[in-house]
Amino acid sequence: MKRPLFLPPQGYRQRRLRDAARLLPILAGFLFILPMLWGEEASDLRRTGSDGIYLFTVWLVLIIAAALLARRLSGSADVTLPSPPANPAKDKA
Amino acid sequence: MPFNLLVFASLAYVSILFGVAFFVERRAARGAAGWLRSPLVYTLSLSVYCTAWTFYGAVGYAARSGLEFLTIYLGPTIVFIGWWWVLRKLVRIGRQHRVTSIADLISSRYGKSNLLGVIVTVMCVTAATPYIALQLQSVTLSFGVFASATADGWAKPDGDVTAIWVAAGLAVFTILFGTRNLDANEQHTGVVTAIAIEAVVKLVALVAVGVFVVWGIADGPRDILARIDASDMANWHMKPSRWTGLIFLSAAAVICLPRMFQVLVVENSDERHLATASWAFPLYVLMMSLFVVPIAVVGLELMPAGANPDLFVLTLPLSQGQGSLAMLAFLGGFSSATSMVIVASIALATMVSNHIVMPFWLSLRPARAVPGDVRRLVLLSRRLSIAAILALGYAYYRGSGGSAALAAIGLISFVGVAQILPAMMGGIFWRGATRTGAIWGLCLGFAIWAYTLFFPSFGPDAMLSAQVMADGPFGIAWLRPQALFGVQGMDPLIHALFWSVSLNTVAFCAGSLLTFPNPVERVQGAAFVNVFDAAPANARGWSEQGAAGAEDLLVMAQRILGDDEALGFFEAQAGAQGKSGYLPDPTPLFMEQLERRLAGSVGAATAHAMISQIAGRAAVSVEDLMAVANEAAQIMEYSNKLEEQQDELSRTARQLRDANDKLTQLSVQKDAFLSQISHELRTPMTSIRAFSEILTMGDLPQEMVTKYGRIIHDETKRLTRLLDDLLDLSVLESGTVQLNLDLHNLRTMIDGALQLAGHTRPERSFVIHRDLPGEDVFLRTDSDRLTQVFINLISNARKYCDSDAPELHISVRRKGGRVTVDFIDNGSGIAKDKQALIFEKFARLTDQTKAGGAGLGLAICREVMANLGGTIAYLPGQWGTAFRVTLPLRMDRP
Repeated sequence: MKRPLFLPPQGYRQRRLRDAARLLPILAGFLFILPMLWGEEASDLRRTGSDGIYLFTVWLVLIIAAALLARRLSGSADVTLPSPPANPAKDKA
Repeated sequence: MPFNLLVFASLAYVSILFGVAFFVERRAARGAAGWLRSPLVYTLSLSVYCTAWTFYGAVGYAARSGLEFLTIYLGPTIVFIGWWWVLRKLVRIGRQHRVTSIADLISSRYGKSNLLGVIVTVMCVTAATPYIALQLQSVTLSFGVFASATADGWAKPDGDVTAIWVAAGLAVFTILFGTRNLDANEQHTGVVTAIAIEAVVKLVALVAVGVFVVWGIADGPRDILARIDASDMANWHMKPSRWTGLIFLSAAAVICLPRMFQVLVVENSDERHLATASWAFPLYVLMMSLFVVPIAVVGLELMPAGANPDLFVLTLPLSQGQGSLAMLAFLGGFSSATSMVIVASIALATMVSNHIVMPFWLSLRPARAVPGDVRRLVLLSRRLSIAAILALGYAYYRGSGGSAALAAIGLISFVGVAQILPAMMGGIFWRGATRTGAIWGLCLGFAIWAYTLFFPSFGPDAMLSAQVMADGPFGIAWLRPQALFGVQGMDPLIHALFWSVSLNTVAFCAGSLLTFPNPVERVQGAAFVNVFDAAPANARGWSEQGAAGAEDLLVMAQRILGDDEALGFFEAQAGAQGKSGYLPDPTPLFMEQLERRLAGSVGAATAHAMISQIAGRAAVSVEDLMAVANEAAQIMEYSNKLEEQQDELSRTARQLRDANDKLTQLSVQKDAFLSQISHELRTPMTSIRAFSEILTMGDLPQEMVTKYGRIIHDETKRLTRLLDDLLDLSVLESGTVQLNLDLHNLRTMIDGALQLAGHTRPERSFVIHRDLPGEDVFLRTDSDRLTQVFINLISNARKYCDSDAPELHISVRRKGGRVTVDFIDNGSGIAKDKQALIFEKFARLTDQTKAGGAGLGLAICREVMANLGGTIAYLPGQWGTAFRVTLPLRMDRP
């Protein structure tokens, strides 16, 4: 069975939504690791208060983003969708 | 606070949980689970991630290492908001293959290998035992806090006694609700609901303490921020290696911890709940960690130096005279500890019973005989396993003496279970991952973990001597447990994590690349990796040959599933096969479904082994798979053949139809030919008969006799000519003509033809235009035949050219190996619609009397030219009638 090369807008949006869901943890990882980069060389000290506020803010924003994505994805995460490309068939053993 | 009150509160709390679990089980049994299976309960049940170690320990962690405690929550956050990558696939696999535990997942993926199941089980039990001990310790410690804080007569209870009571109580609760039945999906609705309630309790408790600290003791968030900046905690060092390492570690642990796998995958009742949990669980842990830093800061400020920061959550409200708040906090910590212990011991007991006890018991049995009630045996083995695991935890607690070393055990345990990660991720994303690779990776990772982290955690000289720690075994510095391969100065935990996971992954990949998986592994690998692709095919590979008696299977299924369940299942299956009664045919499909059903109770490997015993085969052999493949190939070949035959048939039919058309056409032609020839023969015959009749009457003048005799003679000649032509034509057409091939000059042939054709209508004067130098060509051909063609063409021109001053152009041209001779007169030519007809037999354009021929001339020419390897064609577009004769310079014999 061959998949169509181009999708109608609705299917296209669904795909991009899944892309967003896959990209979100990468963004999260980046944002959580980011505090390592600042201030370390300038001074030996961390400012627990501001770092904490940064981390909790990023955390909350990510949760909200995940909630928005999950709400729109859960409709499409059903069994009915044939083989979402989460498992690209690149590794044919 | 009186000790009795504390004990009473605990007992009351536990009995509420009992009641809830009991009520829910009752409702679930009536099939009215309803809201109990909502995404909310699912999300809350995931909170077993937050144990007493995080409830009490996070504050202590923050007091010691600043914001580093957040890594334990940030890792799971990344995993959950990235649910589309891993969790979704895990849950789908878990539901489709009825996975009962993480050991079952690994064992099932790698060809239902029980060895792998045993390895993973041992690893998990080893890693979890200290963790369970930690929970016992935290409960014991929290009891101690209340004892020391009051002066109303009860001494601090003996820690060991408290711990043993807690352990025993938890064992009873777990056994009661965790092993009430062998559920087809290994789901425990009652326990899960109780866990969800505990999740609420611990969240409420921690938030309440936090709110009290922020708004009760301090003066709101701004004040807290100021206090943070003023305290020692303001100056924390973020070590990049620990920060990233711990985020990775907690992310791995949230998937690999047996208790997390249990609630996340096994207890999942609806895949859509995961979408909710993807944001709700991060939100839960965010709220759990929100007040950790404020509590730590205020605790450090207000509590006397040397107070254990791990217990600030309890001691802070107590020191402020908030007894009930402290009680709530105590219940929160109690909840954290109990929920972890309950879920962990259920998960571990399932693993132990499915992968160690049952296979061992099966191996003791001679094949085919499955006596006794397996169901009761499985339950009994689970109950004993739960008791054993808790006993192990208690023993560890006693053995380690409740030392502070326990505080670090949470992370050590995390590193231990993280060793499963490569085999698990490889298993669900890489079809090439093999059993051998997984065994190598797991064993190596586990060994490195034990050597570099677990054994040293007991302190010097406990498991590893101080000398080995300092100089390495046998004085080999490269093998020092905390500086492997000469890597020094690394944080011991990160050092162990780095080496164990990386070498584990390397061994796993190398083993997978170097070895070849067996057929079951390959089938399972494809089913796991492509779990979203379609309904699984007959992955189990039960073939018809392993004809197990349906009755034997029923007996076995009854022992595992229970009488009613098994009978219902068999009846439904028989109905699906169109049979009545309870005994379906042991088709591969039925065997596969039965195996899945059993796998939900006793694990994939055991279910497979049990059915194999009855079916009389240990496993799917390569031969079986080959047989299946051959069968499929044969069917395909057969259908290909059919298709070919079909093609051939239609081809033949088409050919037959064509042949038939040709025959019909030929028949029509033959009829036309016959009628033509009879006409041609009849005309002269009629005149011959008429004149000869007149002659026989006699009494005729001499000149009349002479005249009639000439007419008869002429007609006879015409008849003879006609018959000669017909004979000639038939010889030419049949291709049996004798050709005299020799070299001849074209000019001589044209000369001869002109001379002979001159007899036709000699009265007409004809101007002939020739190209004498061009005609000087030597041809290898049959000159008589070719001359015959030329004569025919020239006489035709003499006969039919209707010009007043008739001319004939004869031009010769050489082209490649061929010669063309054109005969062009200046007449009015032949009408276009007639051009196709002129080469047919008896084709005559004018009426017969005028022509005087039989109409076979051009037909004969065409046949002659075909026999000479050339062609003759009408050349349209000239000024008169034109014919072109094309023939090869050298004609070879056919």
